[in-house]
Amino acid sequence: MIGLSHYLFVSLLLFLLGLYCVLTRRNAIGILMGVELILNAANINYIAFARHSTGAYDGQIFAIFTIMLAAAGAAIGLAIVLGMYQTFQTIDVEAAETLRG
Amino acid sequence: MSELSLFPLAFWLLAAVTVVSAAGVAFSNNIVYSAFALMGTLLGAAGLFVLLAADFVAVVQVIVYVGGILVLMLFAVMLTHRVGDVRVSNRAIGRWPALGIILFIGVVMARAIFATSWHEIAPGTPAPTTYGIGDQFLTQYILPFELASLVLLAALIGAVVLSRKELKGEAE
Repeated sequence: MIGLSHYLFVSLLLFLLGLYCVLTRRNAIGILMGVELILNAANINYIAFARHSTGAYDGQIFAIFTIMLAAAGAAIGLAIVLGMYQTFQTIDVEAAETLRG
Repeated sequence: MSELSLFPLAFWLLAAVTVVSAAGVAFSNNIVYSAFALMGTLLGAAGLFVLLAADFVAVVQVIVYVGGILVLMLFAVMLTHRVGDVRVSNRAIGRWPALGIILFIGVVMARAIFATSWHEIAPGTPAPTTYGIGDQFLTQYILPFELASLVLLAALIGAVVLSRKELKGEAE
Protein backbone atom coordinates (compact mmCIF):
# COMPACT_ATOMS: atom_id res chain seq x y z
CA MET A 1 0.00 0.00 0.00
CA ILE A 2 1.37 3.36 -1.02
CA GLY A 3 1.16 5.74 1.91
CA LEU A 4 2.30 9.18 2.92
CA SER A 5 5.88 8.16 3.68
CA HIS A 6 6.44 6.85 0.14
CA TYR A 7 5.68 10.26 -1.30
CA LEU A 8 7.79 11.94 1.37
CA PHE A 9 10.71 9.70 0.46
CA VAL A 10 10.47 10.48 -3.27
CA SER A 11 10.30 14.15 -2.37
CA LEU A 12 13.36 13.75 -0.12
CA LEU A 13 15.36 12.23 -3.00
CA LEU A 14 14.29 15.07 -5.27
CA PHE A 15 15.31 17.63 -2.65
CA LEU A 16 18.73 16.01 -2.14
CA LEU A 17 19.45 15.94 -5.87
CA GLY A 18 18.40 19.58 -6.13
CA LEU A 19 20.64 20.50 -3.22
CA TYR A 20 23.55 18.66 -4.83
CA CYS A 21 22.89 20.55 -8.06
CA VAL A 22 22.87 23.91 -6.26
CA LEU A 23 26.04 23.07 -4.32
CA THR A 24 28.20 21.81 -7.17
CA ARG A 25 27.09 23.63 -10.32
CA ARG A 26 29.09 26.64 -11.37
CA ASN A 27 26.77 27.40 -14.26
CA ALA A 28 24.12 29.94 -13.18
CA ILE A 29 21.37 28.20 -15.19
CA GLY A 30 22.36 24.86 -13.62
CA ILE A 31 21.90 26.39 -10.18
CA LEU A 32 18.45 27.66 -11.18
CA MET A 33 17.55 24.11 -12.29
CA GLY A 34 18.56 22.85 -8.85
CA VAL A 35 16.27 25.43 -7.26
CA GLU A 36 13.42 24.21 -9.44
CA LEU A 37 14.04 20.63 -8.27
CA ILE A 38 13.88 21.73 -4.63
CA LEU A 39 10.63 23.63 -5.23
CA ASN A 40 9.12 20.55 -6.89
CA ALA A 41 10.07 18.45 -3.88
CA ALA A 42 8.24 20.95 -1.66
CA ASN A 43 5.19 20.78 -3.92
CA ILE A 44 5.04 16.99 -3.74
CA ASN A 45 5.14 17.26 0.05
CA TYR A 46 2.34 19.83 0.12
CA ILE A 47 0.05 17.74 -2.05
CA ALA A 48 0.90 14.46 -0.33
CA PHE A 49 -0.03 15.99 3.03
CA ALA A 50 -3.18 17.50 1.53
CA ARG A 51 -4.26 14.07 0.30
CA HIS A 52 -3.15 11.83 3.13
CA SER A 53 -3.21 14.03 6.21
CA THR A 54 -5.76 16.85 6.04
CA GLY A 55 -8.06 16.02 3.14
CA ALA A 56 -8.56 19.76 2.45
CA TYR A 57 -7.60 21.99 -0.47
CA ASP A 58 -5.07 24.14 1.39
CA GLY A 59 -2.05 22.08 0.37
CA GLN A 60 -2.98 22.21 -3.31
CA ILE A 61 -3.52 25.98 -3.12
CA PHE A 62 -0.09 26.45 -1.57
CA ALA A 63 1.40 24.29 -4.30
CA ILE A 64 -0.18 26.58 -6.90
CA PHE A 65 1.30 29.61 -5.14
CA THR A 66 4.70 27.90 -5.12
CA ILE A 67 4.48 27.22 -8.86
CA MET A 68 3.57 30.88 -9.42
CA LEU A 69 6.50 32.13 -7.34
CA ALA A 70 8.83 29.69 -9.12
CA ALA A 71 7.74 31.12 -12.45
CA ALA A 72 8.39 34.68 -11.25
CA GLY A 73 11.73 33.63 -9.78
CA ALA A 74 12.81 31.87 -12.97
CA ALA A 75 11.90 34.88 -15.10
CA ILE A 76 13.91 37.27 -12.90
CA GLY A 77 16.77 34.79 -12.45
CA LEU A 78 17.15 34.19 -16.17
CA ALA A 79 17.00 37.93 -16.86
CA ILE A 80 19.83 38.39 -14.35
CA VAL A 81 21.78 35.57 -16.04
CA LEU A 82 21.40 37.26 -19.40
CA GLY A 83 22.55 40.57 -17.92
CA MET A 84 25.53 38.82 -16.39
CA TYR A 85 26.37 37.29 -19.75
CA GLN A 86 26.32 40.72 -21.38
CA THR A 87 28.71 42.04 -18.72
CA PHE A 88 31.13 39.13 -18.24
CA GLN A 89 30.67 37.10 -21.48
CA THR A 90 30.21 34.01 -19.29
CA ILE A 91 27.64 32.62 -16.88
CA ASP A 92 30.17 30.85 -14.67
CA VAL A 93 29.33 32.19 -11.21
CA GLU A 94 32.99 32.15 -10.16
CA ALA A 95 33.88 34.58 -12.92
CA ALA A 96 31.46 37.16 -11.58
CA GLU A 97 33.17 38.02 -8.34
CA THR A 98 33.59 41.76 -8.68
CA LEU A 99 31.35 42.28 -5.65
CA ARG A 100 33.63 40.18 -3.46
CA GLY A 101 35.38 42.34 -0.85
CA MET B 1 -8.90 -5.60 -7.78
CA SER B 2 -6.90 -4.76 -10.88
CA GLU B 3 -7.08 -1.05 -9.97
CA LEU B 4 -5.61 -1.80 -6.58
CA SER B 5 -2.65 -3.63 -8.08
CA LEU B 6 -2.17 -1.05 -10.82
CA PHE B 7 -1.86 1.89 -8.42
CA PRO B 8 1.47 0.89 -6.80
CA LEU B 9 2.86 0.05 -10.24
CA ALA B 10 1.96 3.53 -11.50
CA PHE B 11 3.45 5.09 -8.38
CA TRP B 12 6.77 3.27 -8.65
CA LEU B 13 7.03 3.98 -12.37
CA LEU B 14 6.36 7.70 -11.90
CA ALA B 15 8.68 7.87 -8.89
CA ALA B 16 11.44 6.18 -10.91
CA VAL B 17 10.97 8.58 -13.83
CA THR B 18 11.05 11.57 -11.48
CA VAL B 19 14.11 10.55 -9.49
CA VAL B 20 16.15 9.21 -12.41
CA SER B 21 15.57 12.38 -14.43
CA ALA B 22 16.43 14.47 -11.38
CA ALA B 23 19.69 12.54 -11.16
CA GLY B 24 20.21 13.40 -14.82
CA VAL B 25 19.73 17.08 -14.00
CA ALA B 26 22.19 16.88 -11.12
CA PHE B 27 24.93 14.76 -12.73
CA SER B 28 24.86 15.51 -16.46
CA ASN B 29 27.88 17.21 -17.95
CA ASN B 30 25.90 18.96 -20.66
CA ILE B 31 23.51 21.75 -19.68
CA VAL B 32 21.20 20.98 -22.61
CA TYR B 33 20.84 17.38 -21.43
CA SER B 34 20.17 18.72 -17.94
CA ALA B 35 17.38 20.90 -19.29
CA PHE B 36 15.72 17.98 -21.06
CA ALA B 37 16.11 15.76 -18.00
CA LEU B 38 14.37 18.49 -16.03
CA MET B 39 11.38 17.99 -18.34
CA GLY B 40 11.22 14.32 -17.26
CA THR B 41 11.29 15.34 -13.62
CA LEU B 42 8.53 17.91 -14.03
CA LEU B 43 6.30 15.51 -15.99
CA GLY B 44 6.92 12.75 -13.43
CA ALA B 45 5.97 15.12 -10.62
CA ALA B 46 2.81 16.04 -12.53
CA GLY B 47 1.99 12.32 -12.73
CA LEU B 48 2.49 12.00 -8.98
CA PHE B 49 0.09 14.92 -8.49
CA VAL B 50 -2.50 13.03 -10.54
CA LEU B 51 -2.00 9.96 -8.34
CA LEU B 52 -2.56 12.24 -5.34
CA ALA B 53 -5.92 13.34 -6.82
CA ALA B 54 -4.69 16.87 -7.52
CA ASP B 55 -5.75 17.12 -11.16
CA PHE B 56 -5.78 20.93 -11.36
CA VAL B 57 -2.29 21.30 -9.88
CA ALA B 58 -0.99 18.66 -12.28
CA VAL B 59 -2.31 20.60 -15.27
CA VAL B 60 -0.91 23.86 -13.89
CA GLN B 61 2.43 22.11 -13.42
CA VAL B 62 2.50 20.94 -17.03
CA ILE B 63 1.44 24.32 -18.46
CA VAL B 64 3.56 26.61 -16.29
CA TYR B 65 6.67 24.50 -15.73
CA VAL B 66 7.02 22.46 -18.89
CA GLY B 67 5.43 25.02 -21.17
CA GLY B 68 6.88 28.12 -19.58
CA ILE B 69 9.86 27.83 -17.26
CA LEU B 70 11.59 25.02 -19.17
CA VAL B 71 11.28 26.80 -22.51
CA LEU B 72 12.60 29.97 -20.86
CA MET B 73 15.59 28.02 -19.53
CA LEU B 74 16.33 26.51 -22.93
CA PHE B 75 16.19 30.02 -24.41
CA ALA B 76 18.65 31.24 -21.78
CA VAL B 77 20.99 28.31 -22.48
CA MET B 78 20.92 28.97 -26.20
CA LEU B 79 21.39 32.73 -25.74
CA THR B 80 24.34 32.45 -23.39
CA HIS B 81 26.44 29.90 -25.27
CA ARG B 82 27.99 30.31 -28.63
CA VAL B 83 26.01 28.17 -31.00
CA GLY B 84 29.20 26.70 -32.45
CA ASP B 85 30.14 25.15 -29.12
CA VAL B 86 29.99 21.39 -29.52
CA ARG B 87 30.24 20.65 -25.83
CA VAL B 88 28.07 23.04 -23.86
CA SER B 89 29.77 22.82 -20.51
CA ASN B 90 28.07 22.46 -17.19
CA ARG B 91 31.04 22.57 -14.87
CA ALA B 92 30.69 21.16 -11.37
CA ILE B 93 33.14 21.52 -8.50
CA GLY B 94 33.40 20.12 -4.99
CA ARG B 95 31.58 16.88 -5.77
CA TRP B 96 32.78 14.91 -2.76
CA PRO B 97 32.00 17.48 -0.02
CA ALA B 98 28.60 18.03 -1.61
CA LEU B 99 27.94 14.28 -1.68
CA GLY B 100 28.88 14.10 2.00
CA ILE B 101 26.50 16.92 2.86
CA ILE B 102 23.54 15.46 0.98
CA LEU B 103 24.22 11.96 2.39
CA PHE B 104 24.21 13.37 5.93
CA ILE B 105 21.03 15.40 5.38
CA GLY B 106 19.42 12.48 3.54
CA VAL B 107 20.05 9.98 6.35
CA VAL B 108 18.76 12.38 9.00
CA MET B 109 15.62 13.26 7.06
CA ALA B 110 14.91 9.66 5.98
CA ARG B 111 15.10 8.60 9.64
CA ALA B 112 12.72 11.42 10.50
CA ILE B 113 10.29 10.37 7.76
CA PHE B 114 10.16 6.72 8.75
CA ALA B 115 10.35 7.20 12.53
CA THR B 116 7.50 9.71 12.77
CA SER B 117 3.99 8.36 13.08
CA TRP B 118 2.23 10.78 10.73
CA HIS B 119 -1.38 11.68 11.23
CA GLU B 120 -2.89 9.84 8.29
CA ILE B 121 -6.46 9.66 7.16
CA ALA B 122 -7.85 7.23 4.63
CA PRO B 123 -7.88 9.15 1.33
CA GLY B 124 -11.32 9.43 -0.21
CA THR B 125 -12.20 8.65 -3.78
CA PRO B 126 -10.56 11.10 -6.20
CA ALA B 127 -12.92 13.90 -7.23
CA PRO B 128 -12.49 16.99 -9.43
CA THR B 129 -10.78 19.71 -7.41
CA THR B 130 -11.20 22.73 -9.68
CA TYR B 131 -14.44 23.93 -8.14
CA GLY B 132 -13.12 23.72 -4.59
CA ILE B 133 -9.82 25.41 -5.42
CA GLY B 134 -11.52 28.26 -7.26
CA ASP B 135 -13.95 28.70 -4.38
CA GLN B 136 -11.11 28.92 -1.84
CA PHE B 137 -9.14 31.32 -4.04
CA LEU B 138 -12.01 33.79 -4.11
CA THR B 139 -12.98 33.50 -0.45
CA GLN B 140 -10.34 32.46 2.07
CA TYR B 141 -7.25 33.13 -0.07
CA ILE B 142 -8.42 36.27 -1.87
CA LEU B 143 -5.63 38.49 -0.50
CA PRO B 144 -2.71 36.16 -1.44
CA PHE B 145 -4.40 35.61 -4.79
CA GLU B 146 -4.48 39.33 -5.58
CA LEU B 147 -0.96 39.83 -4.22
CA ALA B 148 0.20 37.03 -6.53
CA SER B 149 -0.94 39.01 -9.54
CA LEU B 150 1.01 42.03 -8.26
CA VAL B 151 4.13 39.88 -7.80
CA LEU B 152 3.79 38.52 -11.32
CA LEU B 153 3.41 42.02 -12.73
CA ALA B 154 6.49 43.20 -10.83
CA ALA B 155 8.47 40.17 -12.04
CA LEU B 156 7.39 40.82 -15.63
CA ILE B 157 8.43 44.47 -15.56
CA GLY B 158 11.62 43.62 -13.66
CA ALA B 159 12.63 41.00 -16.22
CA VAL B 160 12.03 43.42 -19.09
CA VAL B 161 14.03 46.19 -17.38
CA LEU B 162 16.89 43.83 -16.52
CA SER B 163 17.29 42.23 -19.92
CA ARG B 164 16.76 45.20 -22.27
CA LYS B 165 19.74 46.60 -24.09
CA GLU B 166 21.40 49.43 -22.26
CA LEU B 167 21.45 52.57 -24.35
CA LYS B 168 24.63 54.27 -23.25
CA GLY B 169 24.86 58.02 -23.73
CA GLU B 170 21.30 58.47 -24.90
CA ALA B 171 19.88 58.93 -21.42
CA GLU B 172 21.46 62.31 -20.91
